[in-house]
Amino acid sequence: MSAPTTKMNALQAVNAAIAEAMAADPKVILLGEDVADPEGGGVVGTTRGLSTRFGDDRVKSTPISEQAIIGAAIGAALGGYRPIAEIMLMNFTTIAMDMIVNHAAKLRFMSGGQSQVPITIHMLTGAGASTAGQHADHLEAWFAHTAGLKVVAPSCPADYKGLMLSCIADPDPCIFIESMRTLFVPEDVPDDQGPIELGRANIIQEGNDVTIVAYSGMVITAREAVKKLAEEGISAELIDLRTVAPWDRDCVLASVRKTGRAVLVHEAVRSFGVGAEIAATIHEALFGLLKGPVRRLGAPYSPVPFSKPLENAFLVQPDAVVAAVLSVMG
Amino acid sequence: MHQERGANRAMPDAATQLDIYRRMIRIERNDDATIRTIKQGRLQMPYYSARGQEVIPSAVSVNLNPDDTICTIYRGIHDMVAKGVPLRPLWAEIAGRVTGTCKGKGGPMHITHPESGVMVTTGIVGSSMPIANGLAWAAKLDGSRRVTVAYFGDGASNIGAFHESLNLASLWKLPVIFVCQNNRYAEHSRFDKCTAVDRVAKRAGSYDMPGETVDGNDPFEMYAAAREAIERARDGGGPTLIEAITFRFLGHVFGDDDKYMDKAEKAAAMARDPIPAFRARLLESGVATEQGLADMHKDITAEVEDAMQFALGSEFPSVDELRRDVFATEIAL
Ligand SMILES: Cc1ncc(C[n+]2csc(CCOP(=O)(O)OP(=O)(O)O)c2C)c(N)n1
Ligand SMILES: [Mg+2]
Repeated sequence: MSAPTTKMNALQAVNAAIAEAMAADPKVILLGEDVADPEGGGVVGTTRGLSTRFGDDRVKSTPISEQAIIGAAIGAALGGYRPIAEIMLMNFTTIAMDMIVNHAAKLRFMSGGQSQVPITIHMLTGAGASTAGQHADHLEAWFAHTAGLKVVAPSCPADYKGLMLSCIADPDPCIFIESMRTLFVPEDVPDDQGPIELGRANIIQEGNDVTIVAYSGMVITAREAVKKLAEEGISAELIDLRTVAPWDRDCVLASVRKTGRAVLVHEAVRSFGVGAEIAATIHEALFGLLKGPVRRLGAPYSPVPFSKPLENAFLVQPDAVVAAVLSVMG
Repeated sequence: MHQERGANRAMPDAATQLDIYRRMIRIERNDDATIRTIKQGRLQMPYYSARGQEVIPSAVSVNLNPDDTICTIYRGIHDMVAKGVPLRPLWAEIAGRVTGTCKGKGGPMHITHPESGVMVTTGIVGSSMPIANGLAWAAKLDGSRRVTVAYFGDGASNIGAFHESLNLASLWKLPVIFVCQNNRYAEHSRFDKCTAVDRVAKRAGSYDMPGETVDGNDPFEMYAAAREAIERARDGGGPTLIEAITFRFLGHVFGDDDKYMDKAEKAAAMARDPIPAFRARLLESGVATEQGLADMHKDITAEVEDAMQFALGSEFPSVDELRRDVFATEIAL
């Protein structure tokens, strides 16, 4: 007998997590552009129903003022609340970078531990929807590079719910990334899905020949690659990182220690990306045990393009993951 | 909604006048000792003196309660002292000592002391305002009568965060008071060379909130404007923009030369030193006596000296502090 589940997509899972947190804790509040019901409950409906259920004081639509949104979230957090701020798309965080990077991330440290900023900033992003260079960037490496921010990037509805619950409860600022490609696929989510610890990866499939590490939308790509590899008799272990910062070193290193090979996949531009950090860590920790060079896959050094063939070439495809694995199988 | 100054405005009573003056002297004595200690090579820090701006936070703070909050800027030690941050941990912080308000991890531009309501001190021009809104929002959600003051400079009124913040504060009727300390310069740029309006307070009109320009060196005017704005905010009447005209006597940062300033303008501003002016007024009206003020001066000088000695005699933080307070729990990334 398996536990009761409900089919829902990632947006519904995020909505369920926020609703649960708001019902449990009156200090959880929500703000962002169009988040309240009269404005549609979010640009893709993530927060639909929440203002009706919890009231206009706790769920507030804002002007298009990203600095004011994050600033208000920070200030309310300093005043004892747990704000969830919605930034419509990840690229629009650039407008609020001062508030996120200079303030939210650093106030705890710079105050000697007196201030805490338990805010969750959630946002959509991802290429593939023909939105081009200003609406689709994966900027997680920027945030992960700033001491004081946690960066979370789930890939499936149950994780969206569990990780959102953890972000809201976390005492530190969390960047919560919603990948366009993962949003609309319904999956079974346990009715009692609770918080999932931040910084814990998930081994989606065990394997012995190679470790593939992915997160966010690229988990879908990597899953397809793993299937194709199995057809060729290659047993790949697939790790969904789930949290980019802090990332689960222990899980990744244990896996690569076993397989001796690693292929890292992300949607963001490859140069200076999260993959580089993981690759360097693997080399430092396991150099003598590796059976081949660690490979990184990511977007070419280019803004997200519009034209369909370009956009397809921009995104890592399953065949590229397969090819990378084959190249290190020797 | 440019406010006209009415005849029957709030007046500080004798005790309040003395309270304002005492805060001003604490700021001035503190500034004097800071500069002396820097010159002696015993403090290493960028110092943005607010000498000349003492009236503003002093006349504001006598209207604030301990649980009211402020957000201020790198030129903000006067704001903190006026709000009541104790001098020992304040000094220890500017000296980078572990006994400082922030264990030496913030320094003079980033002092935080929630116990006295100093929630954020920012080194980023304009960034006190968006966060002040959030504190005011929290006060409103709590159903409390707390208010938040956001201090900032004239230059900060040209940054986007100012405009986003005023709009949101007015829209949400937040209990926040925006206090622009217009000292006529932003680094080396004169106010009129970078600001399209001749009065920052006019900008309140765009956001449908009361706005007023006051002589920030006049304790009576400053008190009345602050009191009205603070009471309005407490009563649910929403935000106010106060532009307090003043002057910074010691330039942008310690060691600054004044080549960029008009000599006559500077001389005229320096002649309007708010401290001797208020002192003369207190004596003339009989609110204070020479002896009383001399005693006050002496006590405060001793308090500052004690704070300085305490700071310089304190330990530096251990390097372990680099890993602490990045997150609530230490995480090796
Ligand atoms: C966003 C930002 N831009 C530039 C600076 C560098 N800077 C520090 S103080 C200052 C002048 C600000 O002037 P004003 O707002 O009038 O305040 P004041 O220093 O006169 O008190 C500048 C440009 C900064 N700290 N932050
Ligand atoms: Mg100025």
